[in-house]
Amino acid sequence: MSTTLARPRGHRDPFLRHHSKAVVGLAGWIVGLLFFAPFAWMVLTSFHSEADAATNPPSVAAHLTLHGYREFFGASTGASPWPALINSATASVFSTLLVLALSIPAAYALSIKPVRKWSDVMFFFLSTKMLPVVAGLLPVYLAAQNLGMLDNIWLLVILYTTMNLPIAVWMMRSFLAEIPVAILEAAAIDGAGLPTVFRRIIIPMAAPGIAATSLICFIFSWNEMLFAQVLTGVQASTGPVFLTSFVTSQGLFLAKVCAAAVAVSIPVLIAGFAAQDRLVQGLTMGAVK
Amino acid sequence: MHYRPTRARLTTAALTGLTCTALLTGCAGAGGSGGGDGDKTVNVLMVNNPQMLDLQKLTKDQFTKKTGIKVNFTVLPENEVRDKITQDVATQAGGYDVVTVGAYEVPLWAKNGWLSPLDNTVAQDPSFKQDDVFASMTDGLRGQDGKLYAEPFYGESSFLMYRKDIFDAKHLTMPDRPTWKQVADLAAKADGAEKGMKGICLRGKPGWGELGAALTTVVNTEGGTWFTKDWKAQVDGEGFTKATEDYVDLVRKHGEAGAPQAGFAECLNNFTQSKTAMWMDATSAAGLLEDPSSPVAGKVGYAQAPVTDTKASGWLWTWALAQPKAGKHQDAGAQFVKWAASQDYEKLVGDKLGWSRVPAGKRKSTYDNRDYQKAAAPFYQATLTAISEADPKNPGTQPRPTVGVQYVTIPEFQDLGTKVTQEVSAAIAGRQSVKQALDKGQKLAEQVASKYRNN
Amino acid sequence: MQKARRPAGSHTAAASRQPSGRARAWARRAPMMPALVYMVIVTQLPFVATLVISFMNWDALRPEERGWAGFTNYKLVFRDPDMRASVITTVWLTAGVVLLSLLLGLGVALLLDHKFRGRGAVRTMMIAPFLVVPVAAALLWKHALYNPEYGLLNGALTWIWSLFGSDNPPQPDWISSSPLAAVAVSLIWQWTPFMMLILLAGLQSRPLEIIEAARVDGANAFQIFRHLTLPHLRRYLELAALLGSVYIVQNFDAVFTITSGGLGTANLPYTIYQTFYQAHDYGRASAAGVIVVLGTIVVATFALRTVSTLLREEKTS
Repeated sequence: MSTTLARPRGHRDPFLRHHSKAVVGLAGWIVGLLFFAPFAWMVLTSFHSEADAATNPPSVAAHLTLHGYREFFGASTGASPWPALINSATASVFSTLLVLALSIPAAYALSIKPVRKWSDVMFFFLSTKMLPVVAGLLPVYLAAQNLGMLDNIWLLVILYTTMNLPIAVWMMRSFLAEIPVAILEAAAIDGAGLPTVFRRIIIPMAAPGIAATSLICFIFSWNEMLFAQVLTGVQASTGPVFLTSFVTSQGLFLAKVCAAAVAVSIPVLIAGFAAQDRLVQGLTMGAVK
Repeated sequence: MHYRPTRARLTTAALTGLTCTALLTGCAGAGGSGGGDGDKTVNVLMVNNPQMLDLQKLTKDQFTKKTGIKVNFTVLPENEVRDKITQDVATQAGGYDVVTVGAYEVPLWAKNGWLSPLDNTVAQDPSFKQDDVFASMTDGLRGQDGKLYAEPFYGESSFLMYRKDIFDAKHLTMPDRPTWKQVADLAAKADGAEKGMKGICLRGKPGWGELGAALTTVVNTEGGTWFTKDWKAQVDGEGFTKATEDYVDLVRKHGEAGAPQAGFAECLNNFTQSKTAMWMDATSAAGLLEDPSSPVAGKVGYAQAPVTDTKASGWLWTWALAQPKAGKHQDAGAQFVKWAASQDYEKLVGDKLGWSRVPAGKRKSTYDNRDYQKAAAPFYQATLTAISEADPKNPGTQPRPTVGVQYVTIPEFQDLGTKVTQEVSAAIAGRQSVKQALDKGQKLAEQVASKYRNN
Repeated sequence: MQKARRPAGSHTAAASRQPSGRARAWARRAPMMPALVYMVIVTQLPFVATLVISFMNWDALRPEERGWAGFTNYKLVFRDPDMRASVITTVWLTAGVVLLSLLLGLGVALLLDHKFRGRGAVRTMMIAPFLVVPVAAALLWKHALYNPEYGLLNGALTWIWSLFGSDNPPQPDWISSSPLAAVAVSLIWQWTPFMMLILLAGLQSRPLEIIEAARVDGANAFQIFRHLTLPHLRRYLELAALLGSVYIVQNFDAVFTITSGGLGTANLPYTIYQTFYQAHDYGRASAAGVIVVLGTIVVATFALRTVSTLLREEKTS
């Protein structure tokens, strides 16, 4: 996609053109570095000792240590982060799968063979996204308590699905709308049933969109804290909740907190960096069409 | 033309009935199923204070090895842990078998039948030596029925910690029983004694157990109170206002940087990193300051909490272990409480982690122990004095409607104290005057008080 | 459910006047039903419960007083100055963060739309803030950046001042002196990349021939931006603003972590959370929730139906 950008600038003077390009490049790097600096600082601090992390002015070149990460993995308290991380992964992966299973058919009914007033339905889906999550917290808590679902990871799966479904329907609808009607009609003439059409045409053609949608759903599920904090306890606690317990009164904690912050963010960072092109495509193509 | 709204409305109507039914059964069903069946797990929810982190560390190799009971810990900062514990207990969710509570919660919760009494389990065991536990601590942990509902894990009062080396260098002297005026003067003189060192660290972080606790002790000694005996709100009263003004003034002039976010944890950091010369806070901090790994060990002096109009002003608090009635592993929970609050556990901490880190302040025997006396030499006398002089029944200059030094023992105080301290914290940040903060606080307090006056 | 279907079915049947048309309409609708039913159950049902509880006197700490309360909770909520303040805070926080991150995002997207050395690397660096878990980001800003004693901001000031030989640098207490801005900056840091991603894709989907034609006609860069790029970007800007608002109006993590709702930063989600989770006053929390839901629906309907072109009704067969 970058090739489309190599277009001649408006300036006729090649010298000026060369210079404005350099200025743009410089500005780009400065802004990029500014936004990256807090992140870089977090990563750097996570490898410092607590004493080096808490100096003023900052000790940039202090020697590196894995102390913070050892603390994250329970070196001095014996509290392992793995159960929380596994819970986070479970909730994110399963809710993403559930979202896909529900949103792709729905998107089909809203785009390829749209029902009447499909935009009303879209409005309904989107409007649920605008409801304040916190207003539903109490009834969800009470219902979960009565159903014995408190501190249960599947409760989070259900809630995260709800949280992401509207956005997913919206994105998937736009991706499916991209599929040329002619192909679908040809398949129908060949006598292909709906399941075949889905398997052979829709899913493969919408694969980039499905990937982008999954990524977004995964990120938002992994990041969620309010529900996790109120509705889970010993069994189903997630990464972000585990993170908050790292601010302790036992001496300095800056390096430890940074290490924990990096460690908990790693799955999202990997997924996000690896799929950044998908993310760009998915967010926009998906949503604007 | 819109068929969706119609359908939605009908569906909603149909579901309303369903939900109401669910709610009603919920209300009726909230009974709780006590009685353990010998399960081998205990779920513990506790505050992340250092003493508890030590407990977490020692449990697996000691308690679990000995009894075969697996302990799952959830550890959270103070403000969050209080919310979560209250939620779990009040809704009888039964997610936890042992929680950390204090003398504020126990009487209220025992009245509602939310806690399991410990008289027939922990307290009954002769090896536990219930008589050894300070009565001043257990008094607050009894219900109106006289039963004991929680065992102290560690007890504390508040006192004033100061850097002896800094005071010597600046030729300052700290009286054993300073007044607030003296402390304010000393803070002004010690301010800037070293590069980046402030005069004093006082809590400024909102929360009834954070700023609320420290501020209330000052209010008490300067002649103020939250409520009069006959439930008149006094938050904008003379004593309360004067105390808050002095407190805010002192923190703003000579207090720690970032005061509106500073609680126990932040002040502990500031003091150990030589960012403040004095610190008024919990006596339990002393053990951490004198730990061999602490950079200020041996440099700290300990005086009684500053006073104005009363003899003593230290608070009285114990982080105690209680068993919610809805907890599903009652027997195993009782075993855990018995182990953690025992004399043997103190000895274990002394042997494994050092005697200064013992969760002290709850047993007489601790203070007779030679090892502890040696390790805690700088502060154990001052701690004992502070604990024994704190008077929850009469902490100020006028009679009170409830028992408690740094809090009012009514369910609303959790919310009221937090909101008022949010306002005071904003005054510390300089975003409003003390008067503005307390005027808002008075309105909130009056709302609460009116409920009690009518009864 | 059977009853609920009737009006919809008969309406469709009336339109097509054929039983087979009705069946076909249902066949069309079927794939969407699981998602729709799921959303109705999981979002509308709790709302009904909230509505019921909002009329109850239900304080979890005073179980003996539970009962019906009429409109008492609503009165309390409307009279509560904290609640009113939090509405204003929410508006400021949402509008400020969305607008600023949108503007910044647009600026960065315009830069990244040009080719320069290391553009890919800059884009990757720009995305990083969005990929940090929000609680982690809030902890990072609070402790590692804003902290007046050892935060990076004051550390950098010390370092810069020391370059000029001064050992008396200003050491502001960032959070206390401007708490709402402190929260907002951390959010802008996280959301600018998101806005940038959307707008960048918008820029890259511009029809280049038209821009080229305009340039040949002698239009300058600003004119092209004003009359071609901006109109093309409109939908993308709206989308970015909409998605941003939806998430930022709900923000809880940053307020909770950075200030715990103190110093006038408590937004609506935090205030309701506090009423529910700290005060344990279920009735009042529910009444506040109901009011917020109604308010949100009004605002959202207005925004979506009149301002936005995103959901403009299309003619469907």
